[in-house]
Amino acid sequence: MLKLKNIHIALGDFSLTDFSISVEKGDYYVILGESGAGKSVILEMLSGFIKPKSGKIFFNNEDITNQSIQKRKIGLVFQDYAVFPHLNVFKNIAYSLRKKGFSKQEINTKVELVAKETGVFDLLHRKTTELSGGELQRVALARTLVSEPELLLLDEPLGSLDVLLKDSLRNLLRKLNKAGQTIIHITHDYEEALSLANKIAVVNSGKLIQEGKPSVVFNRPKSEFIANLTGIKNFYKAKYISSNTVSINGKIDIQAQTSEKKCEGYIVIPSDTIILSEKKQISSAVNNFTGIIQHIFPSRFGTEVTIDIGIILSVLITNISSEKLSLKEGKEIWISFKANSVKFIRKN
Amino acid sequence: MILGGMVLLFIIGPSLGMFFATSSNEIIETVHDTEVRNSIGLTVGISMAATFFFAFMSIPFAYLLARKEFIFKKLVLGIIDLPIVIPHSAAGIAILGIISRDSIIGKTADFFGLNFVGHPVGIGLAMAFVSVPFLINAAHDGFKSVPVRLEQAALSLKASPIRVFFTISLPLAWRNIVSGLVMMFARGMSEFGAVVIVAYHPMVTPVLIYERFGAFGLKYARPVSVVFILVCIIIFIAFRMLANKKNQMRLNKTT
Repeated sequence: MLKLKNIHIALGDFSLTDFSISVEKGDYYVILGESGAGKSVILEMLSGFIKPKSGKIFFNNEDITNQSIQKRKIGLVFQDYAVFPHLNVFKNIAYSLRKKGFSKQEINTKVELVAKETGVFDLLHRKTTELSGGELQRVALARTLVSEPELLLLDEPLGSLDVLLKDSLRNLLRKLNKAGQTIIHITHDYEEALSLANKIAVVNSGKLIQEGKPSVVFNRPKSEFIANLTGIKNFYKAKYISSNTVSINGKIDIQAQTSEKKCEGYIVIPSDTIILSEKKQISSAVNNFTGIIQHIFPSRFGTEVTIDIGIILSVLITNISSEKLSLKEGKEIWISFKANSVKFIRKN
Repeated sequence: MILGGMVLLFIIGPSLGMFFATSSNEIIETVHDTEVRNSIGLTVGISMAATFFFAFMSIPFAYLLARKEFIFKKLVLGIIDLPIVIPHSAAGIAILGIISRDSIIGKTADFFGLNFVGHPVGIGLAMAFVSVPFLINAAHDGFKSVPVRLEQAALSLKASPIRVFFTISLPLAWRNIVSGLVMMFARGMSEFGAVVIVAYHPMVTPVLIYERFGAFGLKYARPVSVVFILVCIIIFIAFRMLANKKNQMRLNKTT
């Protein structure tokens, strides 16, 4: 449906370089990246506000690189909603229908339908200046949806909403996608990406770092940047040195079950697979080290403990375990993890 | 506080003094004076016509200035303010230079049997010359205050740039534009220096006040001034009320 081929954009100090992605009909495509990574530039380019310096944009096999904004079958919902303050909710939603030759009745029907779908039907005659952030977001979404775009672009749609509103809007977006709406959604929040996307592209400093299914991007990140962005802990550069042994940054050797041979790459040791104990345990875990507790802090899933074993490891344990082990900063502790819990990712 | 009060008194004092020094009989007589009535009608009419005529060019121009970046933009913005800073009699001479029979405009008008010197059109041009910066600057500020994002949103909803201008930019900048229109109209009406050089006759009210003062003295010039000020105040209040009402109606219509 949408293909970006070797796009290059230069805007002052920022440049988007050699950017190529492919979005299929029905995809929920999330572009993930930090602020200033160039995510919004991509959406503005797709909408037609910015023309690429080089490269091509194909939409349904048609080259739309130089097509005007008005001719593109693409709708954009801005991060700051951009709801017209001098028009009420109804007129905001009906804005794109006014010049399309629809009768008043047709406009009413279309507006009411999309207002029901997005949950703003009761707000139709309200002033937009009286609406909350979540309501404005839905109005902005309804206003774009009513124009029936083939591709819907969402710029950080959940960014400024509270948890409850986020859940509600997330469900709505899922519903729209399931109904066949192709969506490109940009965000800096990996959980948001994980919960919605069927395909993810990670961008950093105007470059595409990795593209693929969420399971691939999150389980096999191609760089430390992606690991950090996606919240993956215990991600290290590693080198295969002998059968099932990898060296982490040349500082520590660990056992990992891998079919890879004589190569460099990265390893991930999931923080919830590491076991802490006061004494060395006899178990099936082949990786056993002593380390010094650096920090202990509460996390969403229990207690996170960082331990220096030559490298800094992050370990996630339950609050009960934390109390049982009487953990405190500076204490020596044993850690163990199985070889098959270590993921080795070969460097391309 | 005291200093502010003194400034306020300085502004109100002379006008109030003039009102108190003029009897009601003098005002009634002046109101019935055909020359005064014709002059006020002419002044209001020409100023209003000049304001609306120049509004058609100035408002889109102000939008362009607010939205587009181009080389020498600062110079252009400086040129717009020029009529405010140059002496108005000199402005009159400048206008006379372009509408006199020796100029291209003058010759072209002459071809059609028109002479802008001593003509309402000439007066209108002189009024507009000194007052149009107020409209352009107010409209420019108004358009600047409209978030570009809203215009982009309208464009992304497939509206043409013209539709975006009329449905988003213009309504949102309307308050500033009305303020600019009122200011231009008011400044045009009160212009003396530039107008008197271009056309002593037909006599606009500021010129009439000057003539009465020169020929008959303060006693005869003052009632005309009082009546003219009253007319100006009434027109301003009416304009403001109309603009507010229109704004309110538009808001009601859109909400």
